[in-house]
Amino acid sequence: MTQPLFNWDSLILRDRVHGSLYSDAEIFNQELEKIWYKTWVYVGHETEIPNADDFVMKSIGPQEIIMTRSGDGEIHLLLNRCAHRGNQLCLDPCGNRKVFVCPYHSWSYRNDGELRGLPFADGYEGVDRSEIGLAKVSRVASYRGFVFGSFAEQGPSLKEHLGGAAEAIDRLAMASPEGKVQITAGFLKHKAKANWKFLVENETDGYHPAFVHASIFQVAKSGIGDLYSSKSTAVARDLGNGHTENDLRPEFRRIGRPMGWFGTNEQRLPDYAAKMRAAYGNDRANQIMIDGTPHIMIFPNLFIAEIQIFVIQPLSVDETVQHVTALQFEGALDLNRRLLQQTMGSVGPAGFLLADDSEMYERTQRGVQARLPAYNYLGRGLHRERRDEDGYLVADATDEVTSRGIWRHYRQLMEAE
Amino acid sequence: MNAGLDRELLAEVSQFLYLEARLQDAHAYDEWEALWTDDGMYWVPANGNDIDPETQMSILYDNRSRIALRIKQLKTGKRHSQTPPSRLGRIVSNVELIDVAESEIRVGSCVQIFESNARADTIWAARNEHLLRRTESGLRMAEKKVMFVNNDKALYTLSFLI
Ligand code: FES
Ligand SMILES: [Fe+2]
Repeated sequence: MTQPLFNWDSLILRDRVHGSLYSDAEIFNQELEKIWYKTWVYVGHETEIPNADDFVMKSIGPQEIIMTRSGDGEIHLLLNRCAHRGNQLCLDPCGNRKVFVCPYHSWSYRNDGELRGLPFADGYEGVDRSEIGLAKVSRVASYRGFVFGSFAEQGPSLKEHLGGAAEAIDRLAMASPEGKVQITAGFLKHKAKANWKFLVENETDGYHPAFVHASIFQVAKSGIGDLYSSKSTAVARDLGNGHTENDLRPEFRRIGRPMGWFGTNEQRLPDYAAKMRAAYGNDRANQIMIDGTPHIMIFPNLFIAEIQIFVIQPLSVDETVQHVTALQFEGALDLNRRLLQQTMGSVGPAGFLLADDSEMYERTQRGVQARLPAYNYLGRGLHRERRDEDGYLVADATDEVTSRGIWRHYRQLMEAE
Repeated sequence: MNAGLDRELLAEVSQFLYLEARLQDAHAYDEWEALWTDDGMYWVPANGNDIDPETQMSILYDNRSRIALRIKQLKTGKRHSQTPPSRLGRIVSNVELIDVAESEIRVGSCVQIFESNARADTIWAARNEHLLRRTESGLRMAEKKVMFVNNDKALYTLSFLI
């Protein structure tokens, strides 16, 4: 037995976590190996590369990943490094290319990663070309168009990893009359001088909105504040595998207004409402439009936030980029325009909401460098944790059952061989 | 030299841009908002300068009522990312008259903004395009487009007036 590098028993307790988990560069390096370069990580969406030979630049943590669609429709996740002398192969954010040519010595690769050609081939006599090619993320799988990659050759399947989170993606797709999500609006990239786990934890922290977002709740009519009050009937849920959600459906059902979750009503989206009723039938469409879309943090990096998605990309122990875009639903033109407008107002570097969330990420990053108290306290609502009918741990809307679930899973991953 | 250059107009427009810059640096929110026309559009594109803001994400794409909301939020005193406010110093330069019509003037300029806040000192650089309209109360902004040089990259929070 080798001596474990870190004493997890003293770093992660039932109701608190040690500050160094956010600030220790050695822990960050371990996270890359044990989480980012091992488990399923969200990379991109199939609708970002709809056509044969499309590609888009993505990432897994600090690694650049070229997500391509080859001629046969297959999706590949390629590392952006020429197999010759390591030149960065592609600098374009997206495009359509059958072949990637390295500008250094002109080696070329097919968009499935295979070596296609090398100039002055007489210098490579006897070399087995099939051994040389672009490195690929070992496993690629997608769920309803959401493409995930895992650097581990073996491990749980994507379906197993998603577990209870898959149902939330199903629910999301149902907001489209065609049952299809589209990621077509381009991403804002918002950088924060903070550890990635502050972002992950904040996404399903129902405790902070009333305070961090008080400024916008005060001046704009928004129901969000009430969803996260201590009187809210919404629940915070630990779905296992590090996935957590704020299930707002109890509140939306109490209000019982189709499209109330989006702060509007169906009269203002007549085309969308009609299409939904035609697609799902009256009762089902009603329920979908009352329930709204999920608010779920799929560990470690995909946050579906009702009207937008965030993709979390750690760059170093104290630097993280959030890539954010508006959700678009196939067959929902009038809704899509409003989703984009509302998303642009809320998120990104100048967003009414996210600028202040990011301010908190950065302040907590600086805060935890203070030596004492050594731990962050995450015990809110421990006394009222309970199991729901599916066996998941839930607590009140503002409770930290979500953070505790994230840390429980994190510890398992970090302790694994 | 352009013989037809309207030096008087250029001076007037430049003075307007300097005034706007000073109000922004001083966080003079009401005075800055008063520079807008009632139909003002305020746009900060991302991922290039020529995206379609109706279908693609922008850093900021405010119609007049959203500009007002932005100012109201800043004035609550609870806009954490501006509490305390960033300290700012900006230089506006390269002022060019792009298009001069009877009551509207399209103006190009460059700006460099030095921001100092709790995170760090940050330099922002952009090319701006204003559509100024002559009104009874003087020149007013009908459009402002801010094109950050690095708007294709990940950016830190920028919740001061840009
Ligand atoms: S490094 Fe790419 S061809 Fe030589
Ligand atoms: Fe928030």
